Amino acid sequence: MSSRERVLGRVRRALADVPGDARPYEEAVARDYLREHGRRSVPETVDLLAENLADYRAIVHRCADGQLPELLTRLLAAHGSQSVAVPPGLPPNWLKAVDATRVQDRAASTPPELDRVDSVVTGCAVAVAETGTIVLDGSPDQGRRRITLVPDHHICVVRVPDQVVASVPQALERLDPARPLTWISGPSATSDIELDRVEGVHGPRTLEVVLLSGS
Amino acid sequence: MSGTFVGMPAFPVAAREAVGDRTLRSNLRHATRTIRDKRARAVAELDDWAALREAGKQIKDHTLRHLDRYLVQVEETVTAAGGTVHWAADADEANEIVARLVEETGESEVVKVKSMATQEIALNEALEARGIHAYETDLAELIVQLGKDRPSHILVPAIHRNRGEIRDIFRSEMSEWGRPAPEGLTDTPAELAEAARLHLREKFLRAKVGVSGANFVVAETGTLVVVESEGNGRMCLTLPETLISVVGIEKIVPRWQDLEVFLQTLPRSSTAERMNPYTSMWTGTTDEDGPRAFHLVLLDNGRTDTLADEVGRQALRCIRCSACLNVCPVYERAGGHAYGSVYPGPIGAILSPQLRGTGSEIDASLPYASSLCGACYEVCPVAIDIPEVLVHLRERVVQGGPAVRDGNRVVLKPARGHAAERAAMRAAQWAFTHPGALRTGQRLASRTRRLHPRTLPGPGRAWSGSRDLPAVPAEPFRDWWQRTHGGKGGAK
Repeated sequence: MSSRERVLGRVRRALADVPGDARPYEEAVARDYLREHGRRSVPETVDLLAENLADYRAIVHRCADGQLPELLTRLLAAHGSQSVAVPPGLPPNWLKAVDATRVQDRAASTPPELDRVDSVVTGCAVAVAETGTIVLDGSPDQGRRRITLVPDHHICVVRVPDQVVASVPQALERLDPARPLTWISGPSATSDIELDRVEGVHGPRTLEVVLLSGS
Repeated sequence: MSGTFVGMPAFPVAAREAVGDRTLRSNLRHATRTIRDKRARAVAELDDWAALREAGKQIKDHTLRHLDRYLVQVEETVTAAGGTVHWAADADEANEIVARLVEETGESEVVKVKSMATQEIALNEALEARGIHAYETDLAELIVQLGKDRPSHILVPAIHRNRGEIRDIFRSEMSEWGRPAPEGLTDTPAELAEAARLHLREKFLRAKVGVSGANFVVAETGTLVVVESEGNGRMCLTLPETLISVVGIEKIVPRWQDLEVFLQTLPRSSTAERMNPYTSMWTGTTDEDGPRAFHLVLLDNGRTDTLADEVGRQALRCIRCSACLNVCPVYERAGGHAYGSVYPGPIGAILSPQLRGTGSEIDASLPYASSLCGACYEVCPVAIDIPEVLVHLRERVVQGGPAVRDGNRVVLKPARGHAAERAAMRAAQWAFTHPGALRTGQRLASRTRRLHPRTLPGPGRAWSGSRDLPAVPAEPFRDWWQRTHGGKGGAK
């Protein structure tokens, strides 16, 4: 007998006492919890996102569409970045004024090569206000997962209010499970030393989030 | 200290030693109190916590009740997404599968994301025996691995170590494993985290094989979810060419939407955060992004035996948040090592004796490693009634009876060392079914009450050593009732 058959057989025997439960999944789970916590206007939801991002040590900036290239140039210069990783679908004008060397996100690039890149600039798929989370889904303006992981400085641009949802349930509704997803809430951190939170371990130690409002 | 849990003494023996260790007690007191307060605040932010908890319980119960169907669905969806599914009935099978998969890549080292399942099956030791080095990359796991130590907490395996001890371990051991600790390393947590970053960086960048567990597997989509903080998980899940995930069969949730419950309850219950820094979700393989080969090893290793127990199966709802450890007065004083298992604390006290059976001294003692105060049940985000299962398992230890081991129905013999308890219960049963004898006995006890000793003799001495014997009243209740109510009102 294969291990598969053995495990499945054990499961079925273990459940022999369970009465034939015809209740479908939909009835078995009562979803009495809230779709979002509290009622907020759209600007208030964006404010909450900014507040919660900052609470977990992300650096939050706000700017209007036309000011973005200038802001990104300033942030990269302030960080002393010599090179910046660029996802294939990042709007070209975002980095038009940047001095740092642009490193395209290529399938062939190796992790040690990426380790020499100072910063990365991406868009995002959705941002969650209640938890201060940005979610990347590997779309062309975000690139492969590793480019937002190996460089030590990540600047993520969130289009507000379009890409902002209030809650985790609302975020999951917008996301496609078939894509590789990365949920990011602040820079990397650990609670492993005396259960006290310390920011800055393996992922980017600096996370800057730009809340970009419409043109 | 040995790195395994084999041949552990019974809980009371190990706990007695642990409570005498003042450093350990102070480390645990500091850490558990810090997290307890923070958790309470994080949970209080959500006014629908009770509803989320109930939904989490129902999702898990529904899944367990149809586990065969959902396992087959996981196999289909993961395979359709480009992954390969393997089945392991026990630890040996799982270790063999992982070792063979690593050997097929031609590599001799793997990087690991913290995973309870691989701890449980002692994967690192099994790989080492085949000449494959497994590097733990979670900070606390690294501290445990470098210190040749054992984990003592589900979430923070090095909770028993304070910052000074961690600095000493890094200074003396890091050079053995790779990049040495920086010169002049101090004990500030930020510097220690930086030392771990530098030490592990080279391993991440050259790794070809990653090994992980998973917090959740979504049956309808074939998606795996890993919840973490440091970014070591992302490194292991995305940089290597081959990814092997070893996942207990109870980690399944039916639908994508179910994550909306657990992604709210898990971070707040474990690290007391609104959301943990990083959560990775992947479905099979993605072209030119992340590993080219993905293997999912579905692990039984005692889970189906646990599933067969009508009372005990609720332990399989556990999402490994560790909130029950942090509130437990016994855990706070005894620490994790005394539980003799990778699953310490209240959840370990009901999980280990079910996964491993109650045959060994340590497993038979674990259901007693509790004061039954119930704090664990209160904080559990999937409402596992841990005290109920503890009492149920105590009954199994003392009385024996039917159980399932390795998929077979067996009848357990009563455990040794509970003879006095069994004799007392048998005597009580006899007395309560013989009213005449009970009445005579009670009257006799009342009349002689001034002569009663303050402690029990013989085998009862241990019991009365830390408890007062209840005082016998001057008159038995039934005599009082007869006298004051004259037998009226239905009393006979």
